[in-house]
Parts: sequence; C-alpha cells; structure tokens
Amino acid sequence: MNVNLDVDLHHMARVEGHGNIKVRVRDGELKEASWEVVETPRFFEVMLKGKHYSAAPLLSSRICGICSIAHCLTGLEATEDAFGITIPEQAGMLRKLAKHGETLQSHVLHMFFLAAPDFLRLPSVIPLIATQPELVDLAKRLKSLANRLCDLVAGRTTHPVAFCVGGVSMVPGRDKMLAIRDELVRSVEDLKTAAEVFSSFEMPDFVRETEFVSIKGDKEYAFIGRKMISTDGVVRPASDYLDMTNEYVVANGTSKFCKLSRESFAVGPLARFNNNYQRLSPEASAVASDLGLTPVCHNPFMNNLARVVECVHATHEAIHLIEELTGYSSDDAARVTVAPRAGVGVGVVEAPRGILYHSYEYDDEGRVTAANCVIPTTQNHANIQHDLNDLVPQFVTDTMTDEDLELLCAMLVRSYDPCISCSVH
Amino acid sequence: MKYLGIEPKKPRVAVFDFTSCEGCELQLANKEETLVEFLECIEIVDFREISSDRGEEYDIAMIEGSITRSDEIDRLLKIRERATALVALGSCACFGGVNKLKNAFNLNDANREVYGSLTKETLPARAVHEVVKVDLKIPGCPVSKEEVERVIQHLVWDVPYSFPAYPVCAECKQRFTVCVCDLDCAEAGSEGKGQLCLGPITRGGCNAPCPAGGLGCWGCRGPAEDANIESFLAIAKEKGFSDREIAERFEFFAAFEGVR
Repeated sequence: MNVNLDVDLHHMARVEGHGNIKVRVRDGELKEASWEVVETPRFFEVMLKGKHYSAAPLLSSRICGICSIAHCLTGLEATEDAFGITIPEQAGMLRKLAKHGETLQSHVLHMFFLAAPDFLRLPSVIPLIATQPELVDLAKRLKSLANRLCDLVAGRTTHPVAFCVGGVSMVPGRDKMLAIRDELVRSVEDLKTAAEVFSSFEMPDFVRETEFVSIKGDKEYAFIGRKMISTDGVVRPASDYLDMTNEYVVANGTSKFCKLSRESFAVGPLARFNNNYQRLSPEASAVASDLGLTPVCHNPFMNNLARVVECVHATHEAIHLIEELTGYSSDDAARVTVAPRAGVGVGVVEAPRGILYHSYEYDDEGRVTAANCVIPTTQNHANIQHDLNDLVPQFVTDTMTDEDLELLCAMLVRSYDPCISCSVH
Repeated sequence: MKYLGIEPKKPRVAVFDFTSCEGCELQLANKEETLVEFLECIEIVDFREISSDRGEEYDIAMIEGSITRSDEIDRLLKIRERATALVALGSCACFGGVNKLKNAFNLNDANREVYGSLTKETLPARAVHEVVKVDLKIPGCPVSKEEVERVIQHLVWDVPYSFPAYPVCAECKQRFTVCVCDLDCAEAGSEGKGQLCLGPITRGGCNAPCPAGGLGCWGCRGPAEDANIESFLAIAKEKGFSDREIAERFEFFAAFEGVR
C-alpha cells in the first residue's frame, strides 16, 4: 500500500468536551495515532476541600452537565459511607429511579443526536428534521420522556435538586408517578423502533481484546453498588477503588489515564453488559439477542447497541420501581437524621458512560478535608488510545481518503460517548 | 412563521464552550416539545456539542463557561471580533460560576496536588465579561431553556429583552412551593429553623426549581433588582445561620461579587 493519510481533528464534534485526534499514515503504515485531551482543568478535588457535607454533592454535580445526577448521587453515597448512614429504602429506590432516568436521557441523546448522524453520513441531527421527521419525532419523544422522568424524581435533569445527604428532599406525587409510568409503558414500542433503526446501522467489524470493568451486581444489573468486577477476574470492594483504577498523569493531556490488569481497560454500557448480562431484564435480553450482542463482546463500536439494550432495561426497571414506590405512604421516611463524623467514604455509581467513584474525607464537623473523583471517561482514555493504534492499520486501504479515516476514528471515539470535561474535572 | 404579518430575521447562531460542564448548551437541545420550532427560528452555524458543521459567519455567539487558560482568551477574542452580539450563557460565563471557587486556593499547590510534577497551565477563573465585552447575560446553573427561548424570540423580533426584576421568592409563591426557609424542619440539626435560602434576593426567571425540590436557593442567577441584602442578612442571622454559611452561599456561583 502506498497510501498517505492525515487526520487532524481539533476539538472533535458531537462529544462532550474538548479532544483532538491526530493520525498519520505513510505508505500504508501507521506513523502516529493520538487521542489528546485538551480540556481545561477545573480542580474540583481542590474546590471540594472545606465544603460542608450539604454543599459537596451540589458542587460535585457540576462536574458534568450530562451525568450530573450520577455525580450528585456518587457524592451522596461517599458522604453517607463516611458518616455510616443507611438511607431509607424508599429514598434508595427513588435514587435508582433517577439513575434510570439519567441513563435514558444520556443514552437517547447519544444515540440520536451524537452517534446516528455518523451512520447516516450527516453533520448533525438537524437535517433530519426535513428528511426523516418521524425519526426526529421518535428521538424527541424518548428524550422528552427521559428528561421529564428526571425532572419528576430529581427535581431537575441537569444539576438535581431533590437529593440530600440522608435520603431525598422531595418525594414525587403519586398521580404524577403513575402518569409517567403509563408513558414509560407506551415508550416500549418506541424503543423497539429505536432498536430496529440501530440494527440497520453498520457497525465497523473491529475487535481488540481488552478488560471491561463495572459494578458487580449480585441480584440486579446494578447502577449503584459496593463491589467492582472485571472480565479479567478482578473483584474488589468499593473501598479498593484506587487499586481498581490506578490513575496516572500523562504529559500530553489534561486528563489522567487508568489501567488495571492490562495496559488499558474499558468502562461503560458494553462493560456493564459484558459483566452483568445475566441480570438484564428479559425484555432487554431479548433485544440484545435481536441485535446480535453477545458477551464478552470486544468491539467498542457495539457500545452503540449496548446503549439501546440498556434503554430497554432501564425503562422496564423504572416501571417496576414506580409500581413499588407507589406502595409507600406519605408518612414513610424518605430521609434520615444526619450526624457528621470524621472519616473517609467511597461512593460507586454507574454513570451513563461507566463506573464512577467519588471519595471524600470528612472532619468531625462534616467538612471535606480531601476529595478524589475517578471519572468513567478518565478510565476509558487509555483504551481509546490503544483502540486507535489497532484500528487504523486494520482499516486502512489504498482507496481510503483522509475524510474516510477521520470519520472512522471519530466514530470510534464517539462510540465511548466520552465526557471529556468530566474526565479532566 | 409570521408575527403581525412580519417575517422574522433568522439570526445565525454559534455556540462555544469554554471551561464548563456543557450543561447549559445541553439545555438548548432539551425542551423537546418546541425543539424543532426553536431550531427553525435560528440558523445554527456552529454548535460543536451536537454538530460537525463549523461556520465562521455568525450574528450571535453564545459563550458557555468561564475563562481559565491563555488559549481560551485567544479563542474568545476571535469570536468577539466576528460576533455582532456576544451572549454569556449560564452562571460560569456570566459570573465565573463554581469555577471561581478554585481562585481561593494557591493554584500552584492545587496543580501539584492534582497533577504532581506534570502540572498543567491554569489561570484564575474569570467571567466572560472580565475578558471581552458581553452584550447579554443569561444566568443560571444551568440556564432555563424557557428563558433562553424568550431571549431568542426577542432577538429574532429585534425587541430588547428585560429580565424579571422580582426575586425567586415570588416564583415559589406563584407555584405554591412550601417555603424551605420558614417551614423545612427535616434537615438534621436544623431545630426547626428551616434552610438557608437566597430566594428573597436572587433574580427570578428560573421558576424556582430548587425550593420545589426541597433545596434552598443557592443564588446561581445573581442578585434581583433592588435586593435588600442588609435586611436579608439580618433575618438570616436572626434565624441562626452563621457568617461562614452565608458567605459560602454567596460565593458558590460567584454571582454576588461586589454585592457583599
């Protein structure tokens, strides 16, 4: 092959945050492939110091504008772990319901607004308003429902307001809950259509074996938990999160990178699917098999299909949760009394993009003395880099153009749905 | 689409993100029931979070985020040159937002704490108006899409927009939210004193989502017009909130700088 190719994608589009892709191929040989994170650092771990426990999760939620519910809940979990608090069952269920809302909101945004334009060879979803209005309507319906579920349970989708240390500060009204349950039931048909749309998209046939890390769900496909698992056989408790992530600083970028058993690992929808597929709802399992998704899948592009499967799962789980929650009366506790104490706590939550850890150390007045946040996309960066190294040689052909290669590389990065501001925080 | 028989202008809009969580931009893609109409009354020429299209000709530049690195200053100056109107979108752009909390720390120490010996460039966080001229500020963490829509309608029809003068407190009353300051007794250790809430002095227009969720207002929209800060402070102290608690509330979004 005597093909020469150059990709220099500055601040790539349809991802959260700022990242660059650079690829150089000379005479068909890969000379350089780099995934560079250029986001400005905000120093959240430093800003959290001195904050009162009532403010810390509010501040943490500002790490991310898409997965702020996950950040808020992880901050609350870390704080409650430090204080030795067990929240009321009802509050735990409401938090899970909000998590499902966020998973739906974030996945639908990614599926239709960020990823689908690649498969349709369009710059964005906007041209589809004229050419495929029914597809835009489908996306709007699913996204609107997900946002309204978050608004109802979390008080607001972006930067939630209804959660507090010790439980929740607002319990949604029964009528509104039942109304949104009915909408969720009706949305199952829309999700079937979404699955058909995504099954018609051609996923690049790329495989690179890697390690997948997620929460270990004992009884459920868990989004909030206390144990981690990897496909290489590592199982650790929440308190060992540092040994599960092994963050290190890189010279050419503002985000840290991570590793576990190998040079890199992956987190996110495909990692959760690979580790916890036996615990998917029957409806979600059926969609996975229709989409040809089987564990352990090592093709990162299949994250796009794992998102569809998780949307189905989250919808059915949300319906069940609402039915259980409507059994509580207004007298049932939704928060417990908080007594701060000195100590360290760890929160572990599956954000839409993968497993998220916050650890806060508190003094006896309930003020943060040290904080650490390990972000899903931070854990994915090294894996993205190694994927790029392998992807380019596998797919370069004599007839490939710079634009073809740019699209392929951007699609790879986008399949992780990176949250780059988050990863730098 | 016509109003009083007049065809509207279709402003060319570009959305740019600086140091932020990109949550304000995300709001532009929300409120799905009017999303198509919203996108039809403007022409999006650059909006990296949702589109690969990049245009360099625009009338309105919406800026999300605060300014924390030298390359951001260069980028912002270029955008300012091209834009007819530059809009600060959200509390980070309007005031510096939570990003300004880092300014209270020694940034060299902060850098070493996070990055060890491989430190990264960072400047004290600044609001957009501290770097370039800003024509319009839409505050909020995040911004309210309803409010952004109202602002855009005014820009399309060339009618000046005026933000509500009343405080968030008025909106809680309108939506019958139980006052978290007067009546919330559930917070541990509150001894029935309620929660601290900046609702009486914070600019309305958000429809008060936080108190409705059981959370006192943190003042992300900055002061209401003619806010009676002295009176507010007297009441907060009388209710037993400490100087430190009150100061931390004012500092959280950097939206009350110069007021207190």
